[in-house]
Amino acid sequence: MTTEIHTTTEHGMSNAGYVRIAAILAAITALEVATYYIDLGALFLPSLLIMMAVKFYIVVSFFMHLRYESKLFSWVFYAGLFLAMTVYGIFLATFHFFS
Amino acid sequence: MWFTLAEHAVLTADSHADSHGGAHTSTGLSNNKLGMWLFLGSECLLFGGLISTYMLYRGRVGEGPRPSQVFDIPFTSVSSFVLLMSSLTMVLAVSAAHKGDDRNTYLWTTITALLGATFVGGQVYEFTAFYNEGMGFTTSLFSSSFYVLTGFHGVHVTVGIIMLMSIVGIMKRSKVPGSKSETVEMIGLYWHFVDVVWIIIFTLIYLIPA
Amino acid sequence: MTNIERPTSASEVAAVATPSTSLGALKRPVASTGWKSWLFTVDHKKLGIMYSAAALFFFIVGGLEAVLIRLQLAAPNGKILNADLYNQMFTMHATTMVFLFVMPMAAGLANYFIPLQIGARDVAFPRINAFSFWAFLFGGIFLNLAWFLGGAADGGWFMYAPNSGPVFSPSHGVDFWALGLQITGIASLAGAVNLITTVLNMRAPGMKLMRMPIFTWMQLVVQFLLLFAVPVITVALFLLSFQRNFGATFFDVSAGADPLLWQHLFWIFGHPEVYILILPSFGVISEVLPVFSRKPLFGYPFVVFSGAAIGFVGWGVWAHHMFASGLGPVSVAVFSISTMAIAVPTGVKIVNWTMTIWGGKLQFTVAMKFAVGLIVLFTIGGLSGVTHSVAPSDTQQTDTYYIVAHFHYVLFGGAIFGLFSGFYYWWPKVFGKLLNEKLGTWNFWMMVIGMNMTFGPMHILGLQGQPRRMYQWTEARAGEGFFNFGFWNMFASIGSLVLTTGVLLFLINIVITARNGKVSPLDPWDARSLEWMTTNPPKEHNFDSIPTISHLDEFFHRKYEEDANGQMVKVKTAEQVLKELEDNADAHIHMPSPSYWPIVLAAGLPVIAFGMIYSIPIAIFGGVIVLFGCYGWAIEPSTAPDDDFDPPATTKDVVHVG
Repeated sequence: MTTEIHTTTEHGMSNAGYVRIAAILAAITALEVATYYIDLGALFLPSLLIMMAVKFYIVVSFFMHLRYESKLFSWVFYAGLFLAMTVYGIFLATFHFFS
Repeated sequence: MWFTLAEHAVLTADSHADSHGGAHTSTGLSNNKLGMWLFLGSECLLFGGLISTYMLYRGRVGEGPRPSQVFDIPFTSVSSFVLLMSSLTMVLAVSAAHKGDDRNTYLWTTITALLGATFVGGQVYEFTAFYNEGMGFTTSLFSSSFYVLTGFHGVHVTVGIIMLMSIVGIMKRSKVPGSKSETVEMIGLYWHFVDVVWIIIFTLIYLIPA
Repeated sequence: MTNIERPTSASEVAAVATPSTSLGALKRPVASTGWKSWLFTVDHKKLGIMYSAAALFFFIVGGLEAVLIRLQLAAPNGKILNADLYNQMFTMHATTMVFLFVMPMAAGLANYFIPLQIGARDVAFPRINAFSFWAFLFGGIFLNLAWFLGGAADGGWFMYAPNSGPVFSPSHGVDFWALGLQITGIASLAGAVNLITTVLNMRAPGMKLMRMPIFTWMQLVVQFLLLFAVPVITVALFLLSFQRNFGATFFDVSAGADPLLWQHLFWIFGHPEVYILILPSFGVISEVLPVFSRKPLFGYPFVVFSGAAIGFVGWGVWAHHMFASGLGPVSVAVFSISTMAIAVPTGVKIVNWTMTIWGGKLQFTVAMKFAVGLIVLFTIGGLSGVTHSVAPSDTQQTDTYYIVAHFHYVLFGGAIFGLFSGFYYWWPKVFGKLLNEKLGTWNFWMMVIGMNMTFGPMHILGLQGQPRRMYQWTEARAGEGFFNFGFWNMFASIGSLVLTTGVLLFLINIVITARNGKVSPLDPWDARSLEWMTTNPPKEHNFDSIPTISHLDEFFHRKYEEDANGQMVKVKTAEQVLKELEDNADAHIHMPSPSYWPIVLAAGLPVIAFGMIYSIPIAIFGGVIVLFGCYGWAIEPSTAPDDDFDPPATTKDVVHVG
């Protein structure tokens, strides 16, 4: 077995920190579900999309440690993500999905 | 569907070994982690394609039910919450593994697998309910694309559960070649990714009406 | 004790002596000679050779399919193939050439040369590498099994709906096609993860990104394209399989579906795929041209960045394959412009190559001939490509022989000429013997003449209106005068036989060289890059000691130094450079150990696919094989533990690889 030289400091967060992050995620999820019952009018769509993006970002940054890791990891992952959004966005646009 | 299983299993499995860590690499980064992040970047295009297909077809219900007629938002909210919390237990398992705390690693890994299984169980229940309401796989373009998208995600979760349970078994027999903590971390990355995909699916497919 | 077989070349590399068991039963394979050493190898060089050999086999298969197509069309009312068989022939010809020849051949070169070019001893994940190869091979065989099980795929290589549906393609051909490509896709994806990690992580000290040989750079771009393009076709193929096997209607217009969904998904993958096919060859000739011009590559950074730019812009042009499908004026305009834009970085490369040759001391070896051939022929194909970016013109050309002419100029004149250039250039590196130059020259000219005779007239035929996929033409519709179908079809068919002769000469050359070819000197071409800074063929561990890199073209700079007049003069021979490395050799090198699991795991995939077509229990059995393979893989260390080696490594100077 190779030596276990890793320490928690390398990943920058304590267990209590993780629980706090999870609480924030849970709270956002509750808000998301709330939009289903409350009529937000024109704010409905943007608010849901923003909450989704925030949750995504939090999980990727903290639970997946992307914030604390090499930028290279962020590059390859977000390259895939943004490429997917762009390409499929254009794809849906050709079907007049957004209009 | 088995293909994805093979893909994930191979990538994660190789990361079980080959683990002389990042010490000797040109970037100083671990091969396994870099490989996993590349793979997850690639997965974005896979799920992107499935989500786009669903988006294109969500309104094409033919004679079958419309999304709003079958979706049970309270139920799906609960199972989404379960999956979200499994990310917390997963990160606690990784954290324990990094501290060399075997007992807590096994514990949190097992709990994560159980939460994952709860989610998959919920999905099976949901599919059954939809089917009983007249929404079969071939009922409409909406139903086919819905089942393919959520089914793919379900298979991803299932593969994750198999990996989690396997790693506990293998670790208990001390058979992990290379670094235990990195192996758990690899599975963790995969698991969180499956969770973030669900974050997107939950919003785009369930909460935003067609 | 297990019988210990040692590699013959280097005593530093220890074979595994008493392997630990895995899964309680299976001992790790130890053979370093014989067929077992190939079947269970994880050595990137052996895998590279196997990739290329298998690809060459498929090249012959695809070539014979092409010849049959041309014979059918040589004269009016062709009788060699019936309509159904003709459809299968062109579908499988294209599928084979794209997925089973050019891609794996490029993968073979990448496998063999990337680690050597960056100064590594193997790839980052040696077992995944072996898995990729076996998955590709089994996928390729699976695809072709359909020939014997009711007929091969017949919907054209891009398999548009409704031709792909059960109504127009009732045999299992399309099922085999979709699942076979799924398997080769897994191979490509795993390969991409592996090679990107290798290039980024396994470089020798001092090998900065901008010091990497250009072939490695182009391959890096290609692997990123594969990484992001393969999942898109995966989605499309799954949707197709679900439609055919489980009754979904994703592309069925009568059920309200949009057939353009398939077209978009296919071409979002398919256009990056075009660059996946061509960029490796661009990389090869960017190595060959400087060596035989005795000059460094002109504008190395421009070649690198234009390659990356092609990779990037390549994602924004896919819909130019669909101009005739009624996308609407805005989409057409946008994709027209992006298509014109992508010609710019390609043009930059052509300029760079030309400037590399300009004023050089040219040596027209066969490798150089093929490289120059690529520049000329690819430029012709590139120019006809630009005509497609003009949508009104493209609408006229869509589905005519003009398109066939265009993509054969870029793929045969481009991709395949580049690969052949690589064969002649690297053959001595891989096999220690030089391919016969005289025969090679014949090989080259026959291919040049043959390909221009075959594909040149297709421009004329296409503009005259001959459809791309027409299994027969009649005298009555052939037209008259200089532009009649009859003359040019016959001309093209004769050309295809010339072309076949050219390829045959290459195969003969291989045999002759293997029998009594000239043994290559250490550095036959006075080359520039790192893969030449080792023996021919390289030892199992590639380099006795890992070199420290201080230049682009490191090997050249170790041989040559600037004199007082600013001239580069040779100060050391290749042998002297190599001696320096050998003198600092690492004492004990533990290479990644052979393994059963990659081939076991890969063997499960076609079983699953077979089961998906015929019977689900078979698929489950395949799944069990895969699962078994995964467990075996997971608990077996990539490199055997130190005490498995003979002699057991007790010293601290063991160097681990992988």
